[in-house]
Amino acid sequence: MSTTTAPKLKTSAMIASFADAGQKTSSAPFGHALVKAAQENDKIVGLTADLGKYTDMHIFAQAFPERFFQMGMAEQLLFGAAAGMAETGLVPFASTYSVFAARRAYDFLCLDSAEPNLNVNIVGGLPGLTTGYGPSHQATEDMAIFRGMPNLTIVDPCDSIDIEQAVPQLAASDGPTYLRLLRGNVPTVLDEYDYTFDLGKAKALRGGNDVVFISSGLMTMRALQAAKALAAHNVDVAVVHAPTIKPFDTATVLAEINTDRLAVTLENHSVVGGLFETVASAVVTAGVGKRVVPIALPDAFLDAGALPTLHERYGISVQRIVAKVLAELG
Amino acid sequence: MAATEEAQMTATQGTMTTTAKERVDSVSAAAYRIRHHALNMGEVQGQGYVGQALGASDMLAAVYADQLRFQAAEPEWEGRDRFLLSTGHYAIGHYAALAEAGIIPVEELATYGSDDSRLPMSGMSTYTPGMEISGGSLGHGLSIAVGMALGLRHQGSAARIYNFLSDGELDEGSTWEAAMGAHHHQLGNLTAMVDINALQADGKTDTVLRTEPVTEKWEAFGWYTQRVDGNNMAELLRAFDNAAAQAAVDGRPSVILCDTKVGRGVPLLEEREKAHFMRIEDHEWQLCREQLTAGYEGKATR
Repeated sequence: MSTTTAPKLKTSAMIASFADAGQKTSSAPFGHALVKAAQENDKIVGLTADLGKYTDMHIFAQAFPERFFQMGMAEQLLFGAAAGMAETGLVPFASTYSVFAARRAYDFLCLDSAEPNLNVNIVGGLPGLTTGYGPSHQATEDMAIFRGMPNLTIVDPCDSIDIEQAVPQLAASDGPTYLRLLRGNVPTVLDEYDYTFDLGKAKALRGGNDVVFISSGLMTMRALQAAKALAAHNVDVAVVHAPTIKPFDTATVLAEINTDRLAVTLENHSVVGGLFETVASAVVTAGVGKRVVPIALPDAFLDAGALPTLHERYGISVQRIVAKVLAELG
Repeated sequence: MAATEEAQMTATQGTMTTTAKERVDSVSAAAYRIRHHALNMGEVQGQGYVGQALGASDMLAAVYADQLRFQAAEPEWEGRDRFLLSTGHYAIGHYAALAEAGIIPVEELATYGSDDSRLPMSGMSTYTPGMEISGGSLGHGLSIAVGMALGLRHQGSAARIYNFLSDGELDEGSTWEAAMGAHHHQLGNLTAMVDINALQADGKTDTVLRTEPVTEKWEAFGWYTQRVDGNNMAELLRAFDNAAAQAAVDGRPSVILCDTKVGRGVPLLEEREKAHFMRIEDHEWQLCREQLTAGYEGKATR
């Protein structure tokens, strides 16, 4: 007996694009934003740990070779040295993959930058499930790790607009920051909404009477797509984008959640320790008796494979979001 | 003026006004006072890393009484050389050196390790004037020093950077990442000083994790490497002079490997069973001070 099956999708390059076919994108928004910020602030310097090309830092390196420092594949040195540079008054942006920043170099970020509250800006590539290489490269728990670090600001941008607007604000803010980098050809989504990135602020992108999505990172793009798809099912969905995970805009999010609508959080991160638990803690602390439904990656080591397959498998594709919401609404 | 020329001039000026012996005597006197401060602080606290402080006092004196450019009244002076204490638990010795240097008042040393003190048990930049970094999580200092050296050079400063680390920190991989980075970036104004007291928390260094051959390791990493008796002031100063003479904005980083003796200067402690955290009974502190002074005065009059 023989059955015909579709050919299996292949794991693409290390950094697979999650942009949809034909979607408007912007090339290397972080690199270009850093160059622009550096033209206005001569204290800005760039560092990387042998991942300049893979974190869009190479754009900065080409523009400012004298202000770029290659630290080699040595993440403890990368972040220790970034702290030392900040001690001398510079404003470092130091890039590597999120897994290496969060898992390998934590102690160096915590004690060398966060404790003295230095303006060190961590730029982490491949946040959440944005590579098919498996747990060695998938930073599914980076926010969970970093949220416990005092003084650290955490930003999970949605698209190229968020990144372009966030970079100068990260440079201007005191203290250390962590940016969940989207690199390469990054979707441009938020220009269709009346939106600007304000560090520390959540913003309602669209209103809706039946459901409210609280989302961050690339999941805001998926949330907007899912909201449109749900409209076809006569479900009216609001989307609130909360790109700053810490400090969290509790007031805005609680006001949106404390209604009769179904509340759903969406994040490209483990269900443990990320946006969902940030929201849950705000809800409980405020004494709001409200159920919140998480759409997040499972608390597990994820499979290797092609991103579309994995996003579908772990429930963060538009189709799975729509199905989940419809099931919740019964 | 290049840093090297300046350093050489300072050294030359030194020899014009004082003889080499006078210089050694003067810095040795500072080391004696640092040891004395450390014993007093240990007594107030009833404990502390007194053994390490005594062992490292000559290194600290060589830095603060002879090498480092600083302004005691303005610890944040931009042109200062940076001294980074990587081994946070050596803070007792560092505070003593800061008092000797006039950066913190001697009377304040009595607050060491007390609630609300600016002098916590483990050194932190956020607490103490003149403390450049928060050490204590071992293996951090040299990485931060690399960044400071890069940052200062990038901004046109000729200030030198000294990182004090211990032989125990040579266990940490990050130390070697930084050693490679400093050589790669040719940080010629960076000097590491390693206190090799051959003792770690769990015992003798060669039983915990063998770090030897230490000299060859640093040489292989491309550093200008010297190894000296870290309790011999003349040898120490010669090594620091050599390091200063070859210091440059772009050039080889320099390391001074200092073999020291835990408890140095107080025979009672030198002979006691070596421990990371040395027990000293209440009645012994005065005896320690007397032995320290007797030894110092005996040497001074010889």
